[in-house]
Amino acid sequence: MAVNTTFDFDQMLSNAREAYGEELLRMADDGLDFVFTYSDNVAPSSSAGKLIAKYPERCFNFGIAEPGQVGAAAGLALAGEVVYSQVMGPFLSLRSADQIHTDIAYNDVNVRLIGTHAGVTAGGGPTHNCIADLALYRAIPNLTVVVPADAAQCCQAIRTCLTVDVPMVLRIDGAVDPAVYADNDYEFEFGKAIEVLEGTDVTIISAGSPVYWSMMGAKKLKEEYGISARVIDMHTIKPLDTEMILKCARETGNIVTVEEHSINGGLGSAVAECLMANGFSGKCKRIGMPDEFAVLGETDAIYAYYGMDPAGIAKTTAEMLKK
Amino acid sequence: MSRKTIAPIDMATVHQLEEDCYKVRKKLLTLVYNIGLGHLGGELSMVEMAGALHYRYLNFNVLDPHNPERDRFILSKGHCSETLYSIFSELGAYSLEYMVENFECLDKSKFGMHTNRKYCPQIEVSAGSLGHGLPIAVGMALAGRKQKADWSVTVMTGDGELEEGSNWEALMSAGHYELGNLRLIVDRNMLQMTGPTATVMNIDPLDKKLEAFGWDVRVIKDGNDMLQVCQALDALPTPDSQTRRKPIAIINCTEKGHDVDFMAGNVKWHGGGIAKAQYEEAMESLEKNWKERQSKWQ
Repeated sequence: MAVNTTFDFDQMLSNAREAYGEELLRMADDGLDFVFTYSDNVAPSSSAGKLIAKYPERCFNFGIAEPGQVGAAAGLALAGEVVYSQVMGPFLSLRSADQIHTDIAYNDVNVRLIGTHAGVTAGGGPTHNCIADLALYRAIPNLTVVVPADAAQCCQAIRTCLTVDVPMVLRIDGAVDPAVYADNDYEFEFGKAIEVLEGTDVTIISAGSPVYWSMMGAKKLKEEYGISARVIDMHTIKPLDTEMILKCARETGNIVTVEEHSINGGLGSAVAECLMANGFSGKCKRIGMPDEFAVLGETDAIYAYYGMDPAGIAKTTAEMLKK
Repeated sequence: MSRKTIAPIDMATVHQLEEDCYKVRKKLLTLVYNIGLGHLGGELSMVEMAGALHYRYLNFNVLDPHNPERDRFILSKGHCSETLYSIFSELGAYSLEYMVENFECLDKSKFGMHTNRKYCPQIEVSAGSLGHGLPIAVGMALAGRKQKADWSVTVMTGDGELEEGSNWEALMSAGHYELGNLRLIVDRNMLQMTGPTATVMNIDPLDKKLEAFGWDVRVIKDGNDMLQVCQALDALPTPDSQTRRKPIAIINCTEKGHDVDFMAGNVKWHGGGIAKAQYEEAMESLEKNWKERQSKWQ
């Protein structure tokens, strides 16, 4: 049974990059004890900026030095602090890989890394594209990887992760996207995927902003191709909800994945691995960034260029089913 | 445990610490001989400083390793773990047999070539990849400041290790935050895996570089001389998490392979095991040097 979503209604804008700061500020105001480390990209006018101004004794700027920041976040946690640590996504994953692996996951500390600007949402070309991070994170043991679908879910993830003692990465895109969920009246649990749209012919599995695009793609599939597509919000990439994947494979027979990431090593790879290991014989297609340094342009234009927008998702899915 | 008060050093205490270090070196060689793995060069160079800290200067109880008031000691050069294991053993936590039996034995492991805090509770930070200890120490010191803690943070790095850029990020942030509860000890044994640090990748002038990054730099000319080590540690200001001041850096000039004559200053003894004949020669060398040292006490 699908949950209550917004996609048939007027678009409610949702900005997860702003939301994490809003939630941290609310949590601090609620008296929750945590520290916040950050890089030199938090605007004073943002919610995270307000958190820093209001609670300076627990917020630490590390400038432009990601490995040093992630290492220090581990040190804070080893000394008993619960740590949220914000870094711009491409530099978190690629620059601090050893620190995430060794200081955070291997040392098993209570750090929640917040990687912002996922996918190509930072703009500025391949140096600022964050499309290899999930491949890295998936291969690191003892690391929970969460990709919120909208701002409200981001807030839920930010607060809920206080209840679990695991090293975690929250991957947030920077785009202002419509909210997926109409309200917070649904169960959010790490590792438990959510069916956001019912369907019978194919399942589109997605995470982050692409969940909304997948829903719009499903709408097009129904209206233009007569195809009934189910949409799954796989907000936790690791541990992966394999039960949900296999259930959808059984019930709809065909699988498509959509992600703001290279098609190599991310959500699509994780789903494909799960399907192959379980004898899947249906059709499967991974939609995402191809194995090339991306073309330059506006975020939405790049995603459309690579067929990740609703029209592209619908077209690829329909063509896959036709073959 | 509250902040430990330490009386100025006297020669009887120095001699006791020297004897402790002699025993640590013997245990270290025996451990490495038995397990067939080690990094004896750097493990032997750091003995006096690691010994002085654990036997005297740190608020550290080997049988109560998770006491929240303990001083934190991070061994960033995590491949020199066996020196710490030997100290923990000499302080009464583990027998040699237990360490040998539980060294890198798959899912029963309690000790590894590189430090692991989950296996061995006296280890503060799991390390091995170089350039990680100092950033972690900065985070711990910031936590100490937030918690108004009495405990201090001491991190020991190698000198070759300082070639890793992450150290310089941490040196910058520690200077920026003026962490009065943080101490860095560089085990400056002048050698790294394949040759002298000066020719592999020169890090000098190290003192000036550290000063330029906002640190209060002290130099111990002979870090294998216990009296010099103790005098330097005695002269340090009391760690203070609340007062902003320059963090302390000690450039501890040591000798790789110290006290085993055929290893001393020899780059070949960076890593590996030790054969029976070499082990016997090394123990003889240790004993000879120990007797010579004792003969100078009067």
